[in-house]
Amino acid sequence: MVAHSPRRPRSRARRRAIAALRMLAALVLAGGIYALVSPNAQANAPGQLSAAAQEGRALYETSCISCHANNGQGVEGRGPSLIGVGSAAVEFQVETGRMPAAAQGAQLERKPPQFNSDEARQLGQYIQELGGGPEIAFQGEQAPKGDIAHGGELFRVNCSSCHAFSAAGGALSSGKFAPSLEPSTDRQLYAAMLTGPQNMPVFGDNQMSPQDKYDVIAYVQNLKSDTDPGGWGLGRFGPVTEGVAIFLFGMVLLAFAALWIAGKS
Amino acid sequence: MKKRKFDVKQLPAATAGAIDDRYKVATPLRSFLNKVFPDHWTFLLGEIALFAFIILLLTGTFLALFFEPSMQEVTYQGSYLPLRDVHMSRAYETSLELSFDVRGGLIMRQMHHWAALLFMAAIVVHMARVFFTGAFRKPRELNWIIGLLLFWLGFLEGFAGYSLPDDALSGTGLRIASAIVLSIPLVGSWVSTSLFSGEFPGEIILERFYILHVFLLPLVLLTLITVHVGLVIVQKHSQFPGPGRTNHNVVGERWFPRYVLKQGGFFMLVFGVLALMGGLFQINPIWLFGPYEAAVVSSGSQPDWYVMFLDGSTRLMPAWEIRAFGYTIPAIFWPTVVLPGLLTVFPMFYPFIEARLRKDKGFHNLLERPRDVPERTGLGAAGITFYLVLTFSGGNDIIADKFQISLNAMTWAGRIGLLVLPPLAYYVARRICLGLQQHDREVLAHGVETGIIRLLPDGRFIEVHQPLAPVDEHGHGELPYVGAPVPKKMNRLGALPPAVRGFFKPIEEPAPPKPKDREKIETH
Repeated sequence: MVAHSPRRPRSRARRRAIAALRMLAALVLAGGIYALVSPNAQANAPGQLSAAAQEGRALYETSCISCHANNGQGVEGRGPSLIGVGSAAVEFQVETGRMPAAAQGAQLERKPPQFNSDEARQLGQYIQELGGGPEIAFQGEQAPKGDIAHGGELFRVNCSSCHAFSAAGGALSSGKFAPSLEPSTDRQLYAAMLTGPQNMPVFGDNQMSPQDKYDVIAYVQNLKSDTDPGGWGLGRFGPVTEGVAIFLFGMVLLAFAALWIAGKS
Repeated sequence: MKKRKFDVKQLPAATAGAIDDRYKVATPLRSFLNKVFPDHWTFLLGEIALFAFIILLLTGTFLALFFEPSMQEVTYQGSYLPLRDVHMSRAYETSLELSFDVRGGLIMRQMHHWAALLFMAAIVVHMARVFFTGAFRKPRELNWIIGLLLFWLGFLEGFAGYSLPDDALSGTGLRIASAIVLSIPLVGSWVSTSLFSGEFPGEIILERFYILHVFLLPLVLLTLITVHVGLVIVQKHSQFPGPGRTNHNVVGERWFPRYVLKQGGFFMLVFGVLALMGGLFQINPIWLFGPYEAAVVSSGSQPDWYVMFLDGSTRLMPAWEIRAFGYTIPAIFWPTVVLPGLLTVFPMFYPFIEARLRKDKGFHNLLERPRDVPERTGLGAAGITFYLVLTFSGGNDIIADKFQISLNAMTWAGRIGLLVLPPLAYYVARRICLGLQQHDREVLAHGVETGIIRLLPDGRFIEVHQPLAPVDEHGHGELPYVGAPVPKKMNRLGALPPAVRGFFKPIEEPAPPKPKDREKIETH
């Protein structure tokens, strides 16, 4: 037996081994490209989420997933996709108790929140890391200081047509409404302007800069804390309650006065 | 030197004598002071309006000292911080100064506004009293028409005042008024251009409204009020039917001295209620509305309550625009020009229409109780219902929001209600009137229910009635039905001791019941 000739055709076993290797390389290549191109593959890996986002993910998977589906993809006709909504929207919806929703209707209402604000922020962090989106521009509960008078001008032009001059809220069409701003915190006000929840338009940063938003927040918070110099404000609903007051209080009182004084003879 | 005698007791008589020597006032004054007012509390409703008007003149004069109707643009530097450095008109600036910097300015402003609302409310309630009791009939048709004019003048006066502070709410109202004027075919744009001296808002409208509000309209109002009250004195007061009251007398109390004191007291009560409201309830917080800018329209922008029915009619009107012969009639023309026109003309001619329909040419100094003219009462109820549906529709967005009803549902409820509810109110009110009449007739025929059920020897039960007068052989009373109140309870007939009189404590001890009376009732 002499040494193997190079011309000698490869053995069947060897050919098979090489084919298997090629197949493996192709698979690795395809998988690698897929892994690079697909964002989900990366985000799916729990190891790459921050600690807060992982906490949020755990909350998400017990309370949100039934409507918004796995990884916030959304379910047609049940809950929208959360990819790209950002942490501001999540914090607003969860902190005001609107999410998790009790039922689908013309509009979700504020109710006692299911999660505390830490949990709401964890949820927001998870959605933020999942798909990005607008975030509240300040840390902490208090918005940076704003100019009340300028905020008032912005509020009257942009907000009062729905929320009313007094921020007490107003009706929209078909059962929708602009809610009262009475219970709103700085963060909620900022998030609402930034993300435009439900029927509210979005006031993006190019429309209304963060400083403008701080001004509006300063005006609204001042409006709420401002005592009415003229006495009881009658809910600050305008002439409707004033008309009710003149009849129920003024006219009724004077009718009794007339009864009394006419009876004294 | 003889000491001059000065007798204090003789002073009033001597003064009066001296005045009469010179001006001959004793004879006319005597008949005036002897004027008799019938005593019924509903006759005081119009006086609430009169007293509110006096308070409007007083508080308005105070406000006029500090207010400037100028549309010159200024930068606010006053003491209300949330509006610092904001551009506004001088009119709005002085309104803010009145509210925050002038001592007592805010309560004066609020009393003025509440008094305006009360003035209109009292006019409407007084008008309802006059209508439902038939007080507008001959010879008082003219006074009814004057009263109606007073309502519309008060309406305009109130609207002018609402527009003056130049806050965002009043500017919005003015913008709507300009749209209403523009909607009038042919002349609309000419009228609007001359009213605003060019395009809305122009630079002169506030000065014009100011002269209207503080001079022209109050002058006309004052004149008409004088004629209105003067006619009541000349034509004598109407009165409800009752014992001793006829078409040719007035039963009541003399004007002087006790009635004057009562009137003075009532004025003080009206003043007190308005001062209370001005101090306790905030009205028209102009600082919250901000200065008027065309782009600022707050939700919940309403006019004051007496204009709200026109806002309501506008909200309920479908958007039907008519285009013909090169002209456009916008939908707003019908609810805001045609409707108020009808609401002026029809009530104005109503006394004559009713007299024609009832073939009634007589004088009427005796009033009719609402139940005795069921058709008129029904018509009045229908009118009030119509007005109320419109007024509530004027605030339908506030109602929708606060009671969580769809705004669209509110609009449709208003549209359907406007057509369905007035006829229903007519029917119900008429049936109630007929029922009340029937009950009066029953009491006149059979007497008052005593609450005593008697068991007869044959086992029957009968209810014992107390007849009001001697009865005929069938046991029926012989009193005719005259439209006067009929006693319906035994204690009105003296069966029970009279109610204890006195407001805080009894002013007299009640007399013990006489045993004889009780027996007499039971033996019937």
